[in-house]
Amino acid sequence: MTDYTVKAVVLDELAIDRALTRIAHEIIEVNKGTENLALVGIVTRGDLLAADLAKRIEKIEGVKVPVGRLDISFYRDDVNTHLAPEVHRTEIPFKIDGCTVVLVDDVLFTGRTIRAALDALVDYGRPARIELAVLVDRGHRELPIRADFVGKNVPSSLDEHVRLYLEETDGRSSVEISQKRSGERAGAAPLGQGGEEL
Amino acid sequence: MISSKNLLTIEDFTPEDILQVLDTAVSFKDVNARAIKKLPTLRGRTVINLFLEPSTRTRTSFEIAAKRLSADAINMSGSASATVKGESLADTAETLSAMNCDLVIIRHRYAGAPGILARHMDARIINAGDGKHQHPTQTLLDLYTIREELGSIEGKTVGIIGDIAHSRVAGSLCPALVALGAKPIVIAPPTLMPSRPDILGAEKSYSLDDLLPDLDVVYTLRIQQERMDESPFPSLREYAMLYGIDSKRLQAMKPGAIIMHPGPINRGVELSAEAADSPRARILDQVNAGVAVRMALMYLMLGGEQSGSVA
Amino acid sequence: MALLLKGARVIDPAVGLDGIIDIKIGDGRIADVGKDLDAGDCEVRDLAGMILIPGLIDVHVHLREPGQEYKETIESGTRAAAKGGFVGVCPMPNTKPVCDSGPRLRYLVETAEKCGYARLYPVGSLSTGLAGTQLSEMGDMVAQGAIAFSDDGRGVQNDGMMRRAMDYAKMFDCVVMSHCQSEDLVGNGVVNEGVASTRLGLAGWPAEGEEIQIARDIALCRLTGCRLHIQHVTTAGGVKIIRAAKLEGLPVSCEVTPHHLFLDEDSIDTGYNTNLKMNPPLRTKDDCAALQDALLDGTIDCIASDHAPHAAHEKALEFELAPFGTIGLETTLPLVLTNMVRSGRMSYARLVDVLSHNPRRILKLEPVTIERGSSADLTVIDPEAHFVVSVDGFESKSANSAFIGETLVGMAYDTYVAGVATLCSGKVV
Repeated sequence: MTDYTVKAVVLDELAIDRALTRIAHEIIEVNKGTENLALVGIVTRGDLLAADLAKRIEKIEGVKVPVGRLDISFYRDDVNTHLAPEVHRTEIPFKIDGCTVVLVDDVLFTGRTIRAALDALVDYGRPARIELAVLVDRGHRELPIRADFVGKNVPSSLDEHVRLYLEETDGRSSVEISQKRSGERAGAAPLGQGGEEL
Repeated sequence: MISSKNLLTIEDFTPEDILQVLDTAVSFKDVNARAIKKLPTLRGRTVINLFLEPSTRTRTSFEIAAKRLSADAINMSGSASATVKGESLADTAETLSAMNCDLVIIRHRYAGAPGILARHMDARIINAGDGKHQHPTQTLLDLYTIREELGSIEGKTVGIIGDIAHSRVAGSLCPALVALGAKPIVIAPPTLMPSRPDILGAEKSYSLDDLLPDLDVVYTLRIQQERMDESPFPSLREYAMLYGIDSKRLQAMKPGAIIMHPGPINRGVELSAEAADSPRARILDQVNAGVAVRMALMYLMLGGEQSGSVA
Repeated sequence: MALLLKGARVIDPAVGLDGIIDIKIGDGRIADVGKDLDAGDCEVRDLAGMILIPGLIDVHVHLREPGQEYKETIESGTRAAAKGGFVGVCPMPNTKPVCDSGPRLRYLVETAEKCGYARLYPVGSLSTGLAGTQLSEMGDMVAQGAIAFSDDGRGVQNDGMMRRAMDYAKMFDCVVMSHCQSEDLVGNGVVNEGVASTRLGLAGWPAEGEEIQIARDIALCRLTGCRLHIQHVTTAGGVKIIRAAKLEGLPVSCEVTPHHLFLDEDSIDTGYNTNLKMNPPLRTKDDCAALQDALLDGTIDCIASDHAPHAAHEKALEFELAPFGTIGLETTLPLVLTNMVRSGRMSYARLVDVLSHNPRRILKLEPVTIERGSSADLTVIDPEAHFVVSVDGFESKSANSAFIGETLVGMAYDTYVAGVATLCSGKVV
């Protein structure tokens, strides 16, 4: 971690808070309320954002929206060459058939994670509609996928990481751009890492 | 990432490897409980079940595991060694290798046969039981079951009862339990005891009743009727009297202790019907875990051959 | 033409020799022994730096002919003998068909005369077909040149049958060589019972399966008075029984193989190397130590290779299916030189006893000594030759050596049978 250098903090704690509040409002507005609405976050950190959004929605509407978490390890298109270091459990403790499911992820990049998540989700049932909410869209899409709700668009270069850190897992809440080390793959930071440098 | 290319003996896996398989299997167990049980994970990969000794249970478990991962699973069976057919195992290995398969699961009558495959082909090899030597995937599913039921493996006392001398199940379970900090005790009459159980890391005892109240796991092995020709004990009746789990011994077990068995069960010999059907029995949980553990193993062994840090 | 072997260190404890001495050979015999002999019209061979000893005899080999010529033939097997420094070998009778009659034994003698590179001292079977039920025609075989009798590979299981065989063999003054293995106790055993059998999940071959028959045969030796030679003793317990029999004065001798001296059960790992599958099996380190001690203190009379060639495809089988045995003719001398002589545990004089004099004494052959008139059966050793045992380097048709990959120091340089070189500068001629 010694050569980890933060080039820019694109969202600080307050900005993240504002963005999530706005996304919560937009979800309610677009879906005309919370009827049949469910949130499913993609591990890691998308699940935490989903839980956070559910709380905000409850505060606004007074309704508890069901929340699930989805691990997409077994649906990745690069499983032959790269394995996720750790497989997390998928927990969707409600029926998704007929629901409007809002998939929640931290950073939208190539779109491949979302592709895998869509495949995974339909193995659990047949939602009426699937929407996508992301905190950051950093561009560089490789698949025809777009988000319905975006916290902030962050132009980035391919040799950079755009990563979300959260208070409960990393000790601070921020979205940071840092330089990728050679050979390192893009993607979320391992949980609980990257916090000690600041 | 698993540190070994193949699973020929349980010692090929470090304790970390074993725990990674068990951790990963938890998610596969969830998948197996879904309505749609199939995953696209190993799409296009070829898995061969080379079963050269009859085995319905293990072969079926591997076949289900491979198919749920979308791998192409091909079953090849045969009797004993191909010496009958005139083809050696080395030639069979090279033949399969020429067909570009990715993983071969082998069950064989003779110890060390999986190693012959490994020497003659590039595909990954999983030992599904070799002679009287080892049965490492049975061990992994046993460990999964123990951990799931008792919360942990470390510190647990596991009594393995029955034909230890001829048991590949005991041959791999004992060293794995030791590696994970548990204490295996093999319990059998001297005629069914290997000459040096200490080499497997196990303590030995001839008396089940002395130990029963201390066991967290009562692991009974199948008494193979065909071995009765060698007359290792006077009768099945006397075996059941000395080593069978019946209602009286069920009562003597420690609270919370569980009964396990690799199957198939001889009801009335190693387990009375009452014991086999009691709430302590985890025999079907073992079978259930078997599919998930084998899926985890295939996923971890075939996936990510050039590993990287991703989430 | 006469030959002068010049400048070698000549060692023969039988005549108290150890020094740089020349040897003149004529008409197959030693014509003269002395310092700085005059060459005259002799061909001179400079052997400075070499060690010259009476020619080696291997009392236990399998040459596979007739019947399994794809593993070995009398020609290839005796070439291997010459390469290993041996001037004579005793082929065991477990060929296909079994060497259990005069004509079958005659075939071996005649074949060796035609294409052999070493003297052949054939061993006939004790029982017909090695079945352990009916005596072989020992008298006819003796008439055709049998030197000893054995049911090697199996052993005679029935006590009464063994007693009859020893009683009968006694009248020919032939030694009975016994492969000691109680089939009841050994069953399907393939490795030493204990650590190896437990660790590898293989059926055990207990030490007692051997010792019980050693004890039985010694008792029968006492009963019948027949000379007894225990083949390939492998255990400390077996050595103890033989030591007691010798103290008692019974006519008992025994042999040990290089693999039982220098390898133990721990060398068999989960690679299941079938070249380490032996009968009797490799035992424990303690057994190896006891065998080495017994070889030095005289309890064990001789070293025999139990040269057991098998084709690569046979040894490529599963451990439990692969045949038993290792080849040994070409590595026996180097192994003893490397592990016993160079380490300082064994003198060259003792090496001559266990590889040359004692085998001849057990077989009641004419002694070979380094003195005028003795047959010129000689082995010349290059004590500094380093080589790595490799599958490509054998004269034997088979390469199933338990010692592949080992670096050994010291090997045969020349071998002379009745004054004729069968090995010259390390090459079979």
